[in-house]
Amino acid sequence: MAKTRTQTIGAVRRTFSPWTDATATPLIRFENVVKRFGAFTAVNNVSLDIYEREFFALLGPSGCGKTTLMRMLAGFEDPTEGRITLAGQDLSGVPPYRRPVNMMFQSYALFPHMSVADNIAFGPKQAGMAKADIDARVEEMLTLVKLESFAKRKPHQLSGGQRQRVALARSLATRPKVLLLDEPLGALDKKLREETQFELMDLQMELGMTFLIVTHDQEEAMTVADRIAVMNHGVLVQVDPPAAIYEQPATKYVADFIGDVNIVECVVDGCFGGDLRLSTPITPHPLQIAQGDAGGVKTGDKVWLAIRPEKLRISLEAPDAAAGNCFAGEIFDIGYLGDLSVYHVELPCGTRIKVSQPNLSRMVERPISWEDKVYVTFTPHAGVVLSR
Amino acid sequence: MSKSLSWFNVTALVLGFAFLYIPILLLVIYSFNASRLVTIWGGFSTQWYGALLENEQLLDAAWVTLRVAFLSSLVATVLGTMAALALTRYGRFFGRSLFSGMTYAPLVMPEVITGLSLLLLFVAIGLERGFWTITLAHITFTMCFVAVVVQSRLVTFDRSLEEAALDLGCPPFKTFFIITLPLILPAVVSGFMLAFTLSMDDLVIASFTTGPGATTLPMRIYSQVRMGVTPEINAICTVMIGIVTVVVVFASIMTKRQEAQRKRDEQAAAAH
Repeated sequence: MAKTRTQTIGAVRRTFSPWTDATATPLIRFENVVKRFGAFTAVNNVSLDIYEREFFALLGPSGCGKTTLMRMLAGFEDPTEGRITLAGQDLSGVPPYRRPVNMMFQSYALFPHMSVADNIAFGPKQAGMAKADIDARVEEMLTLVKLESFAKRKPHQLSGGQRQRVALARSLATRPKVLLLDEPLGALDKKLREETQFELMDLQMELGMTFLIVTHDQEEAMTVADRIAVMNHGVLVQVDPPAAIYEQPATKYVADFIGDVNIVECVVDGCFGGDLRLSTPITPHPLQIAQGDAGGVKTGDKVWLAIRPEKLRISLEAPDAAAGNCFAGEIFDIGYLGDLSVYHVELPCGTRIKVSQPNLSRMVERPISWEDKVYVTFTPHAGVVLSR
Repeated sequence: MSKSLSWFNVTALVLGFAFLYIPILLLVIYSFNASRLVTIWGGFSTQWYGALLENEQLLDAAWVTLRVAFLSSLVATVLGTMAALALTRYGRFFGRSLFSGMTYAPLVMPEVITGLSLLLLFVAIGLERGFWTITLAHITFTMCFVAVVVQSRLVTFDRSLEEAALDLGCPPFKTFFIITLPLILPAVVSGFMLAFTLSMDDLVIASFTTGPGATTLPMRIYSQVRMGVTPEINAICTVMIGIVTVVVVFASIMTKRQEAQRKRDEQAAAAH
């Protein structure tokens, strides 16, 4: 039984991409939304469409406006300009208690004077549900978050993980159209956080609801979300599925914010269809990069080559001339992480390049060590050329 | 016991408490004096408490005092809580610091001045002085005490609790009564009790704002003492001390429990 359900979820996940479908109507629309607090602009002209059943992440450093954007959807802040619609309905002037949107707070905000069951029953009670229905709903929610035996406890008698689940159950109990999660796992330790991420994804699929999560943790966003919006200084920098954000970052900022990256300043020497030849002061040889559509750059442009450390190869022997792009350098530092090692390679010009290699074998005849002369190679498809 | 009390500490403690409580203790003891003469012990008796029940004047005054105290502290609690809410919640409104200063001014205002200015006001607007003017005056001077107590609680109140309630479909007014108020209730109750005892003890402001037919207990006692202390006065004072003690002890227990609860919650929150 469980197996079939997993397969269905898998099938949905494989094909789910309403944002590529021009005929799909978005559930939530932010239209040119601006929010100013006095002279400070927290959210600057954001337009964003979120689709039904999507797990959408707002990602950015603290103070980038992601929480403000979410609070505007919940109704705790009013946009200074622009408007937000939900299922076609303009939300301007609709108070938080009349929006079909619920929020799970970072602090959980469980009512300390009420039991777990009363906390969960709070929403349905306000909605005016019948007593028997409320009891059934509370029961259902407790089962959903596996806290059946904790109904009578008070919030202060629960562990952090249990409180997080009560907060989740409480915000789901009214079956909102959209669930907003404000740094929902921030207070949990790493192991529990990772487990909970997968539970959240399954829950979202099972309930067929739209989730909007705010987080500063890029791994969390990459794990749970169908699409990620990267924000900085109140502006949307890029909105894409996790793989596109990671492999095709739109700007240096995104490349640098998500994961580790080496950014090398280059000049375009020549364009050959989608292939670019770049020259850079850090190596005498020109670099060959396959960019696909050339990304609108032309000969003579100053660009940045972004390469992820895991897409570089490192070796002690000099590679063939045909091996592609190559930097020669010396090992400056090694970080041994167990599953992989991170090498900091210093090039003759002083620039340091980060290379990570999986440790595939337990025994290595001649491990790479400090001050070794090494060669760093990469294929034309390893890096991405950014013009800003 | 690694830290035993030294003789110096014990002496200081005994002298300190003696200084504070011997007069009160004396009063309580002499309220059980069988003799009519206040300063001569004539054996144990509870006759003055019995006599008290027949002393119409004192009983009337006590009744007035209780009514004034109850009514004024009730109104002062409502107003003080509202003032505290306004001061903590609405970050920067026009004239905020003026308003906050004006709320707290009666705390340090000499009672004579408060009493006199209220008297002038009542005379000026032609309000007939009596029970209601005392009550109004007491509301004025006890309200700020309530505001201080409630505000100190509201400062540490987690606003996301109210937002969560709103988010779950509860309108603001209802949110205040089912979320905010239950959580700040201990502070509101301590504020009420503080206002109640302040009103019960007040002599100066009540003397200024009273009128015919509204004599409070402190006023009655004061005027009788001028003609000589009777054991009945001792008895009624003992009763008052009893009431005030019970109220104060209850209020401080409430505050302590609230503090302990908050500490527990914080520890529990830090534990995860």
